Amino acid sequence: METNIAVSNNLTQNNESTHKMELKNFSVFYGKFRALTEINLTVLPNKITAIIGPSGCGKSTLLRSFNRMNDLTASARMDGEILLDGENINASGVDVVDVRRRVGMVFQRPNPFPKSIYDNVAFGPRLYGVNRKSDLDEIVEKSLHQSALWDEVKDKLHQSGLSLSGGQQQRLCIARALAVEPEVILMDEPASALDPISTLRIEELMHDLVKDYTIIIVTHNMQQAARVSDYTAMMMIDDQRAGRMIEFNETNVIFTNPKDKRTEDYVTGRFG
Amino acid sequence: MTTTRFQELIAKNEVAHARRRRITNAVMLTITGLLTLLALVPLFWIVGYVIYRGGSTLNLDFFTQLARPLGMAGGGVLFSIEGTAVLTVLSCLFAIPPGVLAAFYVARNPNTPLGVALRFGTDVLAGVPSIVMGLFIYTLIVVPEKHYSAWAGGLALAILMLPVIIRTTEEMLKLVPHTMREASLGLGAPEWKTSLSVMFPAALNGIITGFLLAIARSVGETAPLLFTALGNEQYDLGTIVRGGIQSHQSLFAIIGRIINQPVDSLPLTLWKYAQQPYPERINQSWGVALVLMIFVLLIEIIARLYVESRKRALQG
Amino acid sequence: MKKISVPQKNHWLARFQRSTHYGDIPWSALIIIASFLVLALVIAIGWMLWQQSADTRAQFGWSFILPTSNSVWDPLKGVYQSWTFIYGTLITSLFAIIFAIPISVGIAVFLAELCPEPLRLPLGWMIELLAAIPSVVYGLWGIFVFLPNVVVPVGQGLAAAFGQIPLLNTFFIGPIPLSGSSRLAAAMILTIMIVPTITAISRDVLLAIPNTQREAAMGMGSTRWEMIWQVLLPYGLSGILGAIILGLGRALGETMAVTMVIGNSLEATNSLLKPGSTMASLLANQFKEAVSQLHTDAMIEIGLTLFVITLILNLIARFLVWQVARRTPQEARA
Repeated sequence: METNIAVSNNLTQNNESTHKMELKNFSVFYGKFRALTEINLTVLPNKITAIIGPSGCGKSTLLRSFNRMNDLTASARMDGEILLDGENINASGVDVVDVRRRVGMVFQRPNPFPKSIYDNVAFGPRLYGVNRKSDLDEIVEKSLHQSALWDEVKDKLHQSGLSLSGGQQQRLCIARALAVEPEVILMDEPASALDPISTLRIEELMHDLVKDYTIIIVTHNMQQAARVSDYTAMMMIDDQRAGRMIEFNETNVIFTNPKDKRTEDYVTGRFG
Repeated sequence: MTTTRFQELIAKNEVAHARRRRITNAVMLTITGLLTLLALVPLFWIVGYVIYRGGSTLNLDFFTQLARPLGMAGGGVLFSIEGTAVLTVLSCLFAIPPGVLAAFYVARNPNTPLGVALRFGTDVLAGVPSIVMGLFIYTLIVVPEKHYSAWAGGLALAILMLPVIIRTTEEMLKLVPHTMREASLGLGAPEWKTSLSVMFPAALNGIITGFLLAIARSVGETAPLLFTALGNEQYDLGTIVRGGIQSHQSLFAIIGRIINQPVDSLPLTLWKYAQQPYPERINQSWGVALVLMIFVLLIEIIARLYVESRKRALQG
Repeated sequence: MKKISVPQKNHWLARFQRSTHYGDIPWSALIIIASFLVLALVIAIGWMLWQQSADTRAQFGWSFILPTSNSVWDPLKGVYQSWTFIYGTLITSLFAIIFAIPISVGIAVFLAELCPEPLRLPLGWMIELLAAIPSVVYGLWGIFVFLPNVVVPVGQGLAAAFGQIPLLNTFFIGPIPLSGSSRLAAAMILTIMIVPTITAISRDVLLAIPNTQREAAMGMGSTRWEMIWQVLLPYGLSGILGAIILGLGRALGETMAVTMVIGNSLEATNSLLKPGSTMASLLANQFKEAVSQLHTDAMIEIGLTLFVITLILNLIARFLVWQVARRTPQEARA
């Protein structure tokens, strides 16, 4: 069904029911400073959407808006709408805890808790009141299978998560996010701290996961964006130093036939 | 979309559970705020009450008169103020030179065996109960000398001040930008000159702040003085100095008389007066408490303001 | 190789440089001597107390400090067992710590995680100023204000609540004296005095936890409290334990405030609501009036015991805080 979506510069005009998440005129301010300006963006289900752009252009701020992690910054203020299945997640009365369960997040650096591997994965389900051992065992095993870590850790589930290698730690963090069965997974440069082989494993993992989940990834690695994503959003800083989305399209269009000169310069490495 | 096992599990009591989590969150966070308020209650209660009781006893006599015999109204605690001044000067003399020098060593050599041992020793010293310092000086000085004295008290207080002085001085020396030290050494100035004429002046204000904090800490201490300085309500600097001059004693002899006899100090006086059943003595102990508290809190606040502003300035 | 021009041997500049560089040796010697002096002081404290208490150690051995049901402290008969005072010190410090832990950790959490940024510093300072108020002022305020108004009602409440329950009534048998002078008073005053210590260190421990841990927890959908309780506090646990032990050390050695409110009774009762003595309060009360050399020695041995206990506590606390410091960069490197 996704293939017959007409791709244009403004995907927001498409049939809303096929949109997993959608930004409408979305802006973020830190105090008086405008960090993101009027972003319009559509995220399609079971697709990988990449956000690329030079550093400091607000990629991470944008990504963190999808599950309201910007709420943690006291001075942050939002304008416009972010819809998840057509509902505005910033509306009053929306439970931020529920938003974050449905929209999970994997961070730039692996950040397992200093607990056992098992307890790391069981952390989320326990929050939601799953306490029976057999239920937790099932969820932990399933999540670790999904993140392709099970075979490596099944004999040492009760060792510290910190005893794993960097790449394994990151897959543990993915398993931890998967354990609460989110609908969307946000990944903030998930491989930037990893070696090439671990990076490759994470990318393969994303390919597997996208069958069941919707993925949004921030990366400053062009090849990675080209390899893994279906759609790409290109961001730039405008002259007021605010982040702005300058182009959004299918990934192969962005990389082979960009409409915007700045995108072309950036993806071909001629930027800056 | 098919429901998974996890969704089944959480669907059972999703709404109630989410509500319970929200309530727990709100309750616990409120409790931490209330605990903070609770801890401020004694602060304001003590400060307020001491000002209320002490304020009504303070007058000029309080600061300028010696103690009157029991049962007589009036009189002051001049002997105690003088004793505190003498003890403070002595303890600074004993504590500052070795403290500052040791801080120079540990700031330059934090990882040598001596540096590590020194840091640990400083921590231990900071943790030793102050009454134990008193016992130590008693066995070390009072027993061989066979009498209590101001300088024994000063030594006991000095041990108490040492860790504070070493730590703040070390911290302040570390805040001096590396470039300054390197510039001086690069110009061919020797290490000792760099330390004394570049590092020390650059850190001086901060180091003095450390002295002030150390003084604030020691001025309120009673326990180390109990069996070193002992207490002496007849102590009067004016009489000692005048008597010394009239009988043509040497300066050293006069200083000797000042520091070689027992003295009182404000907290020591407060303690003794508070235990006596005479209302005027108890009133005076509130006055002493007020003087002591204002002195200590003022130093503490000024020193902290200074350290904070300096940290901000240096961290950009 | 290019030649470096060396000043003539007797050139004034060379002489000047030599003379000033010679200053480095005395300077290094000076700062090293000062450092050794400070270290020597620590050792000397232990050594002097050990030496001076030789007689009592020889005469009473371990029975001096070991628990006994009827410990004797009789200067006239020359029999000394210090268990009453050790018990007094332990029970007051223990209850002070029990009261102080939830308060301090709660405040530390509030200051580090919840307090609006501009309030953090002033509030933290106010708590820490509690530690600056001289101990005798606590004692004075305690006798005339805190004991009658707070300790007595609390003590009566505790006696009413637990005084009849078997086992618990060992600690809570009443009634509390009307003046309020009791071990409970000492424990409550000590609580106020050690809260700033534990709070300040725990707050610093919490502030040192990398933000990635907070994000991980919040990103999973934790509430703020769940993040604090399930992630931050376990993460900082050993540092907070270190803070608690340092607080304990302070409580054990605190002298003046305790002496003024504990009632200084030598009676051997276990109840928290009764007057008692601590090791430090005994020293403050009896040391100057010692009736014999052995009496003095016995009290010096009490001082030695205090010194050793605080030394051990410091070792443990340092080790715990060091462990946190060691783990944090490792996690960041991963």
